[in-house]
Amino acid sequence: MNAQTTIETPKREKLVVIGNGMAGCRAVEEVLERDADRYDITIFGAEPRVNYNRIMLSPVLAGEKTFEEIVINGQDWYDDNGITLVGGDPVDHIDREAKTVVSRSGRVEPYDKLLIATGSDPFIIPIPGNDLEGVVTFRDLDDVDTMLAAAEKGGDAVVIGGGLLGLEAAHGLSLRGMKVTVVHLMPTLMERQLDEAAGYLLRQELEGRGQTILTSANTKVIHGVEGKVVGIELEDGTKVKADIVVMAAGIKPATGLAKGANLECERGIVVDDHMVTSDPDILAVGECVQHRGACYGLVAPLWEMCRSLADHLTEQPSGYEGSVTSTKLKVSGIDLFSAGDFSGGEDCEDIVMRDASRGIYKRVVVKDGKIVGAVLYGDTADGNWYFDLLKKEEDISDIREALIFGQAFASGGGALADPNAAVAALSDDAEICGCNGVSKGKVVQCINGGAHSLDAVRSTCKASASCGSCTNLVESLLAITLGEDAVASGPKTMCKCTSFTHDDVRRLILEKELKVIPQVMQELHWTTPDGCSSCRPALNYYLLCAWPGEYEDDEKSRFVNERLHANIQKDGTYSVVPRMWGGLTSPKELRAIADVVEKYDAPMVKVTGGQRLDIFGIKKEDLPAVWADLNAAGMVSGHAYGKALRTVKTCVGSEWCRFGTQDSTGLGVKIEKMTWGSYMPHKFKIAVSGCPRNCAEATIKDFGVVCVDSGYELHVGGNGGIKVRATDLLCKVETEEEAMEHCAAFIQLYREDAHYLERTAPWLERKGLDWIKSQLFDDPERITRLAARFRLSQKYWQVDPWAGRAAGAHKDLHSHIAEIRPLEMENA
Amino acid sequence: MMSATVGKWLDIGPTTQIEPGTARTLPVAGADEIAVFHTMRGEFYALVNKCPHKQGPLSQGIIHGDSVSCPLHNWRISLKSGEALGDDKGCTPTIPLKVDNGRIYLLREAVIPTGPFDEPAPAAQVAAA
Repeated sequence: MNAQTTIETPKREKLVVIGNGMAGCRAVEEVLERDADRYDITIFGAEPRVNYNRIMLSPVLAGEKTFEEIVINGQDWYDDNGITLVGGDPVDHIDREAKTVVSRSGRVEPYDKLLIATGSDPFIIPIPGNDLEGVVTFRDLDDVDTMLAAAEKGGDAVVIGGGLLGLEAAHGLSLRGMKVTVVHLMPTLMERQLDEAAGYLLRQELEGRGQTILTSANTKVIHGVEGKVVGIELEDGTKVKADIVVMAAGIKPATGLAKGANLECERGIVVDDHMVTSDPDILAVGECVQHRGACYGLVAPLWEMCRSLADHLTEQPSGYEGSVTSTKLKVSGIDLFSAGDFSGGEDCEDIVMRDASRGIYKRVVVKDGKIVGAVLYGDTADGNWYFDLLKKEEDISDIREALIFGQAFASGGGALADPNAAVAALSDDAEICGCNGVSKGKVVQCINGGAHSLDAVRSTCKASASCGSCTNLVESLLAITLGEDAVASGPKTMCKCTSFTHDDVRRLILEKELKVIPQVMQELHWTTPDGCSSCRPALNYYLLCAWPGEYEDDEKSRFVNERLHANIQKDGTYSVVPRMWGGLTSPKELRAIADVVEKYDAPMVKVTGGQRLDIFGIKKEDLPAVWADLNAAGMVSGHAYGKALRTVKTCVGSEWCRFGTQDSTGLGVKIEKMTWGSYMPHKFKIAVSGCPRNCAEATIKDFGVVCVDSGYELHVGGNGGIKVRATDLLCKVETEEEAMEHCAAFIQLYREDAHYLERTAPWLERKGLDWIKSQLFDDPERITRLAARFRLSQKYWQVDPWAGRAAGAHKDLHSHIAEIRPLEMENA
Repeated sequence: MMSATVGKWLDIGPTTQIEPGTARTLPVAGADEIAVFHTMRGEFYALVNKCPHKQGPLSQGIIHGDSVSCPLHNWRISLKSGEALGDDKGCTPTIPLKVDNGRIYLLREAVIPTGPFDEPAPAAQVAAA
């Protein structure tokens, strides 16, 4: 026996890692930390460079960091740990039988364990022109270099995709001096992280910084000249100039290699809790995997995955159970945070706080006493605290009332967790109302002085009389000072989404120049993310009334009848009423109606109370064709479905009737031509009777004209309906022109003042006839001005909605997505 | 929104065909019409297009949060569970739905009620309206 012994080095197992990114290298780090000698490691990377922090590419693009600063592991790390780095030579395929990987250059590397960490690929939208020069993705350093080269020349950049990645690219490019347009398919920016309200704030801020943001914008084609990009064109025909187009429309797990090796893949490479794929010797980690049905595109889950993977590779299995993710980020210096499920639901409660003046929006979603989601905009200081409560599933019932004010406030515990107690604890000189500089002492003094309601406080010391964001505080002070029960309930709020009344909302829309629904909801502190079926139609009306020609009608906030321009019936079909001016018709119109009834098999036609014909039983799919036929005979929408001018009913008048005093039919037609198409707080009916016998029933209409020998009596505020109300006499005028001018002015006063869904009768009883008379007659100019505003609005609204639909507008409202039918019927 | 339900999924087209805040319909031969909803928050849901109250077409209601108000009598129906909300009682059947890679899928077994189906039956799936 030889004395010399050789110590045999045990042959180390071979670990091959495909992917030199954050996931691959982190996994290797974790393995090395547990057992540095166990594996002989080779890493393949597609990029010819060392491991860097991909999420820091944005600061590199923005010029805030250099590449060197974002390197995680330099070449020395590979050298020190005996790791072979094969850079710039991506793996081409995996041979599971031979247990080798083959690179593009033909290099064959055997493995005992293989780790796939290929990450994700940018999603390239399948549109013409996506392969032009100047169309880039935002995924690696080469992309950043391409963008920087483009930015040096200045010009226009288009970023497709308003998610996190797209906005960061846009931010970087605009800091580099390019004129940037962001084109986003969805209506809300970053809709996966933000709700509508927060998305709106973000948009406003980015627009303020010079970016152009186009939402609900579908890119149709990228145009090029001589192979180089020159611009994009949207589905709606809008064209945007571009010297560079960045595709940041999303990412998808890179599963190509795994699929080629027949590993089980769905959206991502399917792995178990130990990150093992369907082949026990092949593991996968990072954005390329699908674990328990979920794919992750964020960095946080990576760390947990790599821990579990390293535990498994060093035979101390622990297991990964999926991640609850949160996003905390800064876009253009704006703080955003979101976590968990903030889509809400019937068992969920939304706690919303909006502070318009500081640009802050906070929303915490609570279910069964626990936080399930949170969205914060502008102030994310409490994000981690909410996220912590969410992950630990802590019961927050005890601090619920104070939760939204943040940890410092809510954790005061006990007394402080009660908002009233918190307000009681404030010092006398603490400011309650920032807008009007009112201290707590002053509010209490004014309550003690007899202001026992919110309104009384508002009118005496002005607290909460401006923006209203301190309403809760004032109410707390009322409760503390007078006792909970003594507080008189104030005027009815518009709906449960807001503490403002209809009047407040209408006034503030004008004062603050609020022009779209999300803006109203933000500025007026709505407590729900997107309103309800009461406030949405009301806001839509208030805005279209306040900003004629400027406001774009929001169909989603319309009741079905106004959206489909027909009346829904109990069986889901629709009835169609074409306009018959003043109740007059002709053989041509009657023939067209008869033809429609036969052609579309309408089961019933009925003469309405408003002197026209109602065609029943039309299917929503047939509506555009029905309208096209009616349009062809010269007929337009009768708005029988709308909170709008309905009919102008007339009698035959002096032309035929032996008692007639004036041409009531002719005046009725003129009034209808002037008023049709106008939207109102509620339906609005007019009638013109030729003599006091009043055959047109003008005295139970919203506006009625009764002709007399000496002129025209004008009556207002009547209706039939559940509670019949006869009109009040407004005034008497001498000419048709005056009658029409008064009609326009009265309508406009009603349009501008009444609450949504309040007809003229209850409106008049609420305001009083004297108030209406003084509004119209105190200032001789007033009628002219009101009538002029009505005519201005009519300029934009006297467009037949049927014609547009008949020509193909909003086809989606009238067609099914598709039909599902069994195979046999298909063949039949 | 990924459903854990196992089964065959029926591709009913791209997500872009339904604008956020709106719904569209899908008639089914021999069964109730389906309404597919797209909320303002970007979530998709599928329900039978009938209110539990008087069978109003829910697809025509105003969609807010994740509920829809029926166009006939303003009952509020949860898009997640199909249950009537508030004081009203009733439930509309829901159909499992998933979104994958920009396409909407309905659970086939929940869509197809009866009748013979050859497997695989791509021709039996969806016919463009």
